[in-house]
Amino acid sequence: MNKPVKQHLIDPEICIRCYTCEMTCPIEAITHDDNNVVIDYEKCEFCMDCIPVCPTGSIDEWRVVETPYTLEDQFAWMELPAQQDFANGEGGADTSIEALDDTMAALLAEAHAGAGGRSKPPASASRASVNLYNLGKPALARVQGSYRLTSEGSGTDVRHIILDFGAQPFPVLEGQSIGIIPPGTDENGKPHLPRLYSVSSPRDGERPNYNNVSLTVKREENGLCSNYVCDLEKGDEVRVTGPFGSTFLMPDDPSARLLMVCTGTGSAPFRAFTMRRQRQTTGEGDMILFFGARSPDSLPYFGPLNKVPEQLLKKHMVFSRIPGVAKEYVQDRMMVEQDVIAEMVSDPRTHIYICGLRGMEEGVEHAFENISESIGLSWQNLRDTMRDEGRYHVETY
Amino acid sequence: MLDLINVSYDTLIPNNVGLSNDKRVLKALERWHPGYINWWNDLIPDNFQQSLVYLRTAVSVDPKGWAKFDYVKMPEYRWGILLAPEVEDRRIPCGEHAGEPAWQEVPGEYRAMLRRLIVIQGDTEPASVEQQRFLGKTAPSLYDMRNLFQVNVEEGRHLWAMVYLLHKFFGADGREEADDLLRRSSGSEEAPRMLGAFNEETPDWLSFFMFTYFTDRDGKMQLEALAQSGFDPLSRTCRFMLTEEAHHMFVGETGVGRVIQRTCEAMKEAGIEDPYEIDKIRALGVIDLPTVQKKLNLHYTLSLDLFGQEVSTNAANAFNAGIKGRYMEHRLDDDHRLSGDTYPVCQLVDGEIKIVEVPALTAINMRLRDDYSRDASGGVVRWNKIIEKAGVDFELKLPHESFNRKIGIFADRLFNPEGELVSGAEYDENVNSWLPTHADGDFIQSLMVPCYEPGKYAGWIAAPKVGIDNKPGDFEYVKLHMA
Repeated sequence: MNKPVKQHLIDPEICIRCYTCEMTCPIEAITHDDNNVVIDYEKCEFCMDCIPVCPTGSIDEWRVVETPYTLEDQFAWMELPAQQDFANGEGGADTSIEALDDTMAALLAEAHAGAGGRSKPPASASRASVNLYNLGKPALARVQGSYRLTSEGSGTDVRHIILDFGAQPFPVLEGQSIGIIPPGTDENGKPHLPRLYSVSSPRDGERPNYNNVSLTVKREENGLCSNYVCDLEKGDEVRVTGPFGSTFLMPDDPSARLLMVCTGTGSAPFRAFTMRRQRQTTGEGDMILFFGARSPDSLPYFGPLNKVPEQLLKKHMVFSRIPGVAKEYVQDRMMVEQDVIAEMVSDPRTHIYICGLRGMEEGVEHAFENISESIGLSWQNLRDTMRDEGRYHVETY
Repeated sequence: MLDLINVSYDTLIPNNVGLSNDKRVLKALERWHPGYINWWNDLIPDNFQQSLVYLRTAVSVDPKGWAKFDYVKMPEYRWGILLAPEVEDRRIPCGEHAGEPAWQEVPGEYRAMLRRLIVIQGDTEPASVEQQRFLGKTAPSLYDMRNLFQVNVEEGRHLWAMVYLLHKFFGADGREEADDLLRRSSGSEEAPRMLGAFNEETPDWLSFFMFTYFTDRDGKMQLEALAQSGFDPLSRTCRFMLTEEAHHMFVGETGVGRVIQRTCEAMKEAGIEDPYEIDKIRALGVIDLPTVQKKLNLHYTLSLDLFGQEVSTNAANAFNAGIKGRYMEHRLDDDHRLSGDTYPVCQLVDGEIKIVEVPALTAINMRLRDDYSRDASGGVVRWNKIIEKAGVDFELKLPHESFNRKIGIFADRLFNPEGELVSGAEYDENVNSWLPTHADGDFIQSLMVPCYEPGKYAGWIAAPKVGIDNKPGDFEYVKLHMA
């Protein structure tokens, strides 16, 4: 069996045959006949030049295929074929296009593995753009600011970094990640691969209607990229790839309910989700957050988070290293709040998000198992259903 | 270093032509600017001027930078002068100078011809904004209103593009022509726009969609031909305009398609099978398909007239001079001079329509018109797909090129939409089923009630399949100023 590949296609039902893409393509990978405008799989290099010039959005279509559709196949189409299904498990393929380049796609697949199956975006999520910039053609961002989020004495250095893209379009949705390319080369003389960071600002910018994003980055001992990012100063230029990720997204439906569980910098996407909802007219959908850290002074955004009104976001900040107080982890608090969680998981409007260190997965899963059992549901079944409906999302590292 | 990709905002007029180093042209444009703003402000109703519209503005002319979306008040839209990047070592693509380096300055011998072409193109741009000025008041949705305003501001920018060329390359004559572009006005008695089709009002939204589909497509073909010009600044200007023009095609095609979609849906819901049960269908508050066909007949034939005479020495001269090429000239495989070639053209021979081979050089207009018809027929096929999918038995057709013509060899005779000569009596008897009547217009007008609630659409038109800039269905494309 061939290894499945990603193919760039055009939706013939939406396309108006203006041929702007064809004229824009720098390598003549796009052509047309009397019926359709089509993209040559053998030629297309995913440079994305054709995406913004399309007046219809029909060109932003991707399929994972075993055998790429030929030009003749595409010329004959009246409509775009659905994504074909691959068997899960051995030889199966992830058919969501989280990233176009294999390295980034593999990283995200690993991060999402904890969901226990193929991730799907929420039904009402906006469509994510991916891979507009890559290693060969990165975007250049300028650092607008870098602020320490944890206290000097806490032993954890987590920073809030704001990057400005100037005139380069860089559309991101809450929950997406971007790649930062550390300068220099590895021991083989090759440029370093980008490292992924989840964006912690909402889609309309860290500051509304500014073309900027924020990241939440923890300095890791000997971490090549985290030290580079944490040492950045205002005005520095950074090479950025992405955006990446097309499933760990928030629902646009204002009545959707969000149950979020995180530790440390796993809070980044949830900061973005919360700000998104804060900036919109409020709907009926509530949000609840379980956030674990060692202590208040090592919990990123402790101060600002406390200012978010409880009616917008119900907050459970849980600490495991407060002298004289029993250790508490997120799963412990989830058990305390099991009635609330039980009510939420049985509501089809609820979406669950888990983000943080891989170590948290087991405990959180276990809590969900117990809570489901208590209301006579099988967590396995519930989780699989929610995941298939785009309502269960895991991103751990 | 002069940055020719990114737009410079160091003057009042955003541009990528180094305007701040070109004091003469900058001064001329700054003198023209207030007149333009006055023209715009007098045109569009004031509450729309104050509204925030989700528009796309070019921040650079490379593919990644020219589609930046944001809320803007239209009078604050950054109209500017944007030329596609210069192609290194570009050559004159056609005519007797084919293969010589493209001109960066106006060649003296073709000065008058070039100026005329630029003025004619420039005159159509503000004209269409004038024709569409009242449509905002009856917009079937905020989505459609936003699309209308996007078309309008881009037509405004296209005027800027032509005015720049006039100021930059044609001295005092050019400045005078630029002023005249603001002096003439669509439908005016004393100073009408130059081309007939641009003096008709666009009274309703179906007319607007038909206009953007058929008439703006003529504009697109003219821009395609001018994009092949050996005069490089004109070519670069038109190439960038074409990327914007694609949005106008989109508005037209999807607009008509959504009208058809809604009509078919309403017929099915009401259990009406016969598309000719016009009264019953109209009673549902949708536009019956035979009326859509009549509108199509009208707008298509008016647009064919814009291509001029089938056999034309002016067009031959422009091609031969290398000022105006053919559609996709660079992809055509011939000598690009057409010295001995012929081209088939419909002619009236002894009262009958016959295909006659004429020297290809004189048939340049005809060739462009054929390319236009081919281009226009594609959308009709896709509209028919909508009808077929809905299970309605009806097919839209482009009428024959001889029908309802005011210019060219068919102008003096009467034809039916199939292209058969008919008598005056026959014509009079049937014209009401071929072309829209006053009553048809009144009916369409009766449906034109505004629908300003985000995510909602007037009853005669379906919602679009995809939002602009990937926005969700209930996105507020225009934040209306209601003061």
